[in-house]
Amino acid sequence: MNDLLARLADYRGEIITSIVETGYMIGNSVLAAILVGLPLGTLLYLSRPGGPYERRWLHSVLNTYVNVVRSVPFLLFVVALIPFTRWLVGTSFGTTAASVPLAFVAAALYARFSEQTLLDVPEQTVELARSLGANPVQLITRFLYSEARSGLVLSLTTVTISMVSYSTIMGVVGGGGVGDFAIRYGYQTYEYDLMYTTIALMIVVVMLIQGTGTLLARSIDKRAR
Amino acid sequence: MIEFRHVTKTFPQGRSTVTALDDIDLTIAENEMFGIVGESGSGKSTLLRLINHLEAPTSGAVRVDGEDLSALPARAQRERRRRIAMVFQQFNLLANSTVFDNVAMPLRLQGRRERDTVMQMLEFVKMAGHRDKHPSTLSGGEKQRVAIARALANRPRILLCDEPTSALDSGHTEEIMATLDEVRTQFHTTIVLVSHELDVIKSSCDRAAVLEQGRLAALTDVVAPPTRERTGSYADRAREYLA
Ligand SMILES: Nc1ncnc2c1ncn2[C@@H]1O[C@H](COP(=O)(O)OP(=O)(O)OP(=O)(O)O)[C@@H](O)[C@H]1O
Ligand SMILES: [Mg+2]
Repeated sequence: MNDLLARLADYRGEIITSIVETGYMIGNSVLAAILVGLPLGTLLYLSRPGGPYERRWLHSVLNTYVNVVRSVPFLLFVVALIPFTRWLVGTSFGTTAASVPLAFVAAALYARFSEQTLLDVPEQTVELARSLGANPVQLITRFLYSEARSGLVLSLTTVTISMVSYSTIMGVVGGGGVGDFAIRYGYQTYEYDLMYTTIALMIVVVMLIQGTGTLLARSIDKRAR
Repeated sequence: MIEFRHVTKTFPQGRSTVTALDDIDLTIAENEMFGIVGESGSGKSTLLRLINHLEAPTSGAVRVDGEDLSALPARAQRERRRRIAMVFQQFNLLANSTVFDNVAMPLRLQGRRERDTVMQMLEFVKMAGHRDKHPSTLSGGEKQRVAIARALANRPRILLCDEPTSALDSGHTEEIMATLDEVRTQFHTTIVLVSHELDVIKSSCDRAAVLEQGRLAALTDVVAPPTRERTGSYADRAREYLA
């Protein structure tokens, strides 16, 4: 035990660095989820057959895109995206480069989740917005997002947690992070206690994210009670 | 004034079409309380939705104050729609917004922040004391009163009511109908009232249209029933009626 604590103290620098790297990758991908995924999901919702602004071709293009991104095995996706990543951030190696495929997946995931959350908003809410003469932007912000807000928070929580998991393999492109630390120092140097400690740390982090998300979602949900 | 001229509305259904309304000719006068009755599926809601142009007629014309909304661009249609308010069977309140914010919504959509107007409307439906509550904490009758306050916030010329009392018990039904009667006398609003409850139409409307499978089966003056006692609690009236 003391031995583990001593080694943890030795690795303090690396541990902190890897936590910062993980935070950076997750921060980027959650940002992409909100800035790209949410608008994408909203478009999917609006343009669907029978939706408030039906555009069948747009819907099927977006739908196909989201399905493709979500169905390619992640490791292959990371590799396949390397040319694009290099073009976008100038390198295919490092934490920023690792954020690119994560951001794509996060956006696609959240697009799907937010579409499904919006589908749960009662049809009458759209009818109300139309009868009040709301324009498209008002329909989205003042009616749909307002009524769906707790579901949107919960599904963003799920996306964030998935990104914690996805980010652990970003060591393959030099992304670093907590998962990479666990593999390099724990698994590869046979310091299993270090690996398990890292896993425990990630479990705690995931629980904290979930707890925060659930609490926030509950506090902004006024639909029943 | 609302005019229907040879209005037909069909909806695609698979390869064929359903005729929701068939050659409707109808004129609803200013400040009239006009009833629409008919069986389920007879086209009542469709007729209502044509008035504020949530649906466009397949053929024929619907004119409000002489103006055909089909001819206008989307923006102008939204603009006109704001003068025609709607009250729904399921109230359609925003569950995550307070009573006050629900009533303020029609004004905010136009960038207007008029606290006084909102409070005035809440006073009118006797819900001012509930302004900070959320809809889930209200009874059905209270929800519908909030919905009426919201409908009035824009000072609409026309109020469309689609089965406004069908989700309510009889006590709340009378309360809502009394409120609608008052809307008409105080604000001179033209009210079009869809209901399958004949009592409701009989007690408040001047005229009524009877729809049958999308056709106008009858257009009739409504003779008011012998004035019913509207006071007393539900328990009082139940005792009186049953005993
Ligand atoms: N958006 C739509 N798409 C397809 N068919 C529709 C649509 N709206 C209405 N209809 C059809 O038009 C007919 C009339 O419907 P409408 O809703 O006007 O009836 P209603 O008299 O209001 O019935 P209810 O009392 O059940 O509300 C029905 O056959 C219905 O199935
Ligand atoms: Mg109906």
